[in-house]
Amino acid sequence: MIDRDMNKLNNPYNDDKVISACSLFGMMDVSGKVFSGKDIIRAIANMHVRSNGLGGGFAVYGLYPRYADYYAFHLMYMNKQARTETEDLLKENFHMVLAEEIPVNPCIAVSNAPGLWRYFLEPEAASLNGRPADDFVIEKVMQINTCIEGAFVFSSGKNMGVFKGAAYPEDIASYFRLEEYAGYLWTAHGRFPTNTPGWWGGAHPFNILDWTVVHNGEISSYGINRRYLEMFGYACTLQTDTEVIAYAVDLLMRRHKLPLEAAVSVLAPAFWEEIERMPAAKQELHRALRTVYGSLLLNGPFTVIIARQGEMMGLTDRIRLRPLTAATRGDMFFLSSEESAIRLVCPELDRAWIPMGGEPVIARLGGTKVVAEGAVAAAKGAC
Amino acid sequence: MKTYLPNRFIVERDPARCIQCEVCVNQCSFDVNYRDADEDEVRSREENCVGCHRCVLFCPTRALNIRRTPLDYRENANWRPEIIEDIIRQAESGGILLTGMGTDKAHPIYWDRLVLNASQVTNPSIDPLREPMELRTYLGRKPDSLTVEPGSLALKTKLAPQVAIEVPILFSALSYGAVSINVHKSLARAATEMGTLFNTGEGGLHRKLYKYGANTICQVASGRFGVHPDYLNVGRILEIKIGQGAKPGIGGHLPGEKVSAEVAATRMIPKGTDALSPAPQHDIYSIEDLAQLISALKEATNYTKPVSVKIAAVHNAAAIASGIARAGADIIALDGIRGATGAAPKIIRDNVGIPIELAIAAVDTRLRQEGIRNQVSLIAAGGIRNSGDVIKAIALGADAVYIGTAALVALGCTVCQQCHTGKCAWGICTSDLRLTKRINPDIGAQRLVNLLRGWSLEIKEMLGGMGVNALESLRGNRLHLRGVGLTDTELEILGVKMAGA
Repeated sequence: MIDRDMNKLNNPYNDDKVISACSLFGMMDVSGKVFSGKDIIRAIANMHVRSNGLGGGFAVYGLYPRYADYYAFHLMYMNKQARTETEDLLKENFHMVLAEEIPVNPCIAVSNAPGLWRYFLEPEAASLNGRPADDFVIEKVMQINTCIEGAFVFSSGKNMGVFKGAAYPEDIASYFRLEEYAGYLWTAHGRFPTNTPGWWGGAHPFNILDWTVVHNGEISSYGINRRYLEMFGYACTLQTDTEVIAYAVDLLMRRHKLPLEAAVSVLAPAFWEEIERMPAAKQELHRALRTVYGSLLLNGPFTVIIARQGEMMGLTDRIRLRPLTAATRGDMFFLSSEESAIRLVCPELDRAWIPMGGEPVIARLGGTKVVAEGAVAAAKGAC
Repeated sequence: MKTYLPNRFIVERDPARCIQCEVCVNQCSFDVNYRDADEDEVRSREENCVGCHRCVLFCPTRALNIRRTPLDYRENANWRPEIIEDIIRQAESGGILLTGMGTDKAHPIYWDRLVLNASQVTNPSIDPLREPMELRTYLGRKPDSLTVEPGSLALKTKLAPQVAIEVPILFSALSYGAVSINVHKSLARAATEMGTLFNTGEGGLHRKLYKYGANTICQVASGRFGVHPDYLNVGRILEIKIGQGAKPGIGGHLPGEKVSAEVAATRMIPKGTDALSPAPQHDIYSIEDLAQLISALKEATNYTKPVSVKIAAVHNAAAIASGIARAGADIIALDGIRGATGAAPKIIRDNVGIPIELAIAAVDTRLRQEGIRNQVSLIAAGGIRNSGDVIKAIALGADAVYIGTAALVALGCTVCQQCHTGKCAWGICTSDLRLTKRINPDIGAQRLVNLLRGWSLEIKEMLGGMGVNALESLRGNRLHLRGVGLTDTELEILGVKMAGA
């Protein structure tokens, strides 16, 4: 097998990290009702000037109910050989329930489109050898992405999927025919990179298992975030700060089993001054989180929408150097770079607000739990 | 024996300004200025002058200036004046040449070959005058992960003792006896006011200073001077001194003349006896012995204090540091070749050890490769001259830095390298009561506080410029550094890219 330098694909000039600005949008029906991509495509298109046509993408949850128990792999292939090699590897390690080309609309003009395939997979018990299936899947994803020339797994969760490419998000949506899909949680991203990778894998959302991250900003702490994660075996192959966020969340929540609220306090912690004003027990927790996980503090301007099955969270850096607006309407919950995009698809809102810097806004299936000061009352229970 | 050593300095006295007041006579502890009784005139024995500038700065009419003697040898790149004069000195004394302060040789100063980053366009710089900018640092062992109960968010992990410092700068080990009580007082008060720590050095802590215990690092060195249960329990951090950057591999020698009654009581030795620190700790001949001492100190203090181990930065510093972390230390202090001393053989000061910049990078990298970087805090020492050096040390991977020389310069030191003589005219490195009172602890503390305040304001500006508002986001973040004029190998060891790359 060839060891690929992913960096050459994604970061051809070997910059410290891939820098980009962006538009973000997320919408979720907390009752779990699925809806089509029509609205989110309009919403992200409304923020057209926040991106420059070099990256757009979507994540959809509740996407594959018929195959909900199988890992859904979305692959990009630059050549035929890559597909043969990848499929051999998949067949060797997984029970393959379905393999098909992802349907696209060839009339949409996009450049450098790779071959796009999807697979529904179940790890072979023999290959697992007692290990957790998630760890096994991560290992195989990393193996394909770093070892098979011309193949890239860009989605690997269950009952969810990522669609992305190097074009404006609305064109990506048309290309992937996203209006025809339905899900209860959608996130979208339009990208304005400062160089021209032109590589489809570099677009957002970034995904591992069912975690997705869309991100607007530049993480100035990237150098240490990355070195810290390397200590725990994460190879940051893409050299993007978004990748670092996804791995940080994976480490904190899946491997260290921290509750979301605690994980968020690692990524965007309270200031020491604020911590000192907290009640004793809370103070101890926050002090410990900062002391132990200080290297994972995401410093510098960012807004992220992090999603996984049944949950969507918006978060900005602690001094809010990138925009984020949250809104609710009935069972619908919105996150967006700009309020105008929300108003376009849902003119009447129960509430729209700008969360405080570093304060997470979280929506969960079975009723929004909006964790934001003064916002709890506005959150409407459902189901 | 007639000395063949030429004078080093010329004392220029402007007769038009000199009012014959004898301030210079009283101020000079090296017996340079005197009143010539026959001529009834103040004159200078220039052969004794060390260039400390005490007389120049205290002359009320600014009548004095000190200049280097312009005595030239025939040009020779090999047999330079200093080398010739060292030989002369040794031919006349027959001993080891002693000196004070850090090396004055031109070892590469990597700080000057590293440049920092700043935000432009794609991310905003942060203005510390308008936004919070956090320098607080916790020293101590960190666990690999925390356990937090879902729902109640109760913290289930018990953390090892952590010590918060508000500026990432601590005062380096300066032992009582080597420096005076007034210097210790100045350091202790400044550390207390700035929320940081001072280090007792190996001479124990005077009982009068126990009230500053919360801001004190109590050192345990090979001589075990002044080590007793009260001493161990009064400090905030305990530090086992294995080595010192200025003199790796050798011990210390405080001459009996400096062992006054108070120094003797603090060190627990008879008055007037030499205080000799052995080269090794004689109960540490190997790494497992270190583990025992660490555990003994923790046991003696009921596991309430982090234990630091200070080593001189030497060739295998990375491997040694890894062993120290595994031996149970909570903090590793690394002291580079440019670190200073109260007295050391000149040949050792100038030739043994490695530059601190390379040591920080190598140790931080190794501890990360082994997945144990979080288990220890790293303090860098040895030639930190300004806030730029501090911030670069942190970006390379240090948690905090020790400053020794810089603190003494703040108190008046002019780096004349006469610490070993015990005659410090500035009253710093001496136990002569006539001289030690030249340091007023109130003023001394104020000067040190001003220095730390100035540096921390500068650090905040630089951090904000890089677009981060907490020091932990810079720690080990070598992407914010670039090298200029360095070889590929140097860049590789430092883990930084060349400027422009």
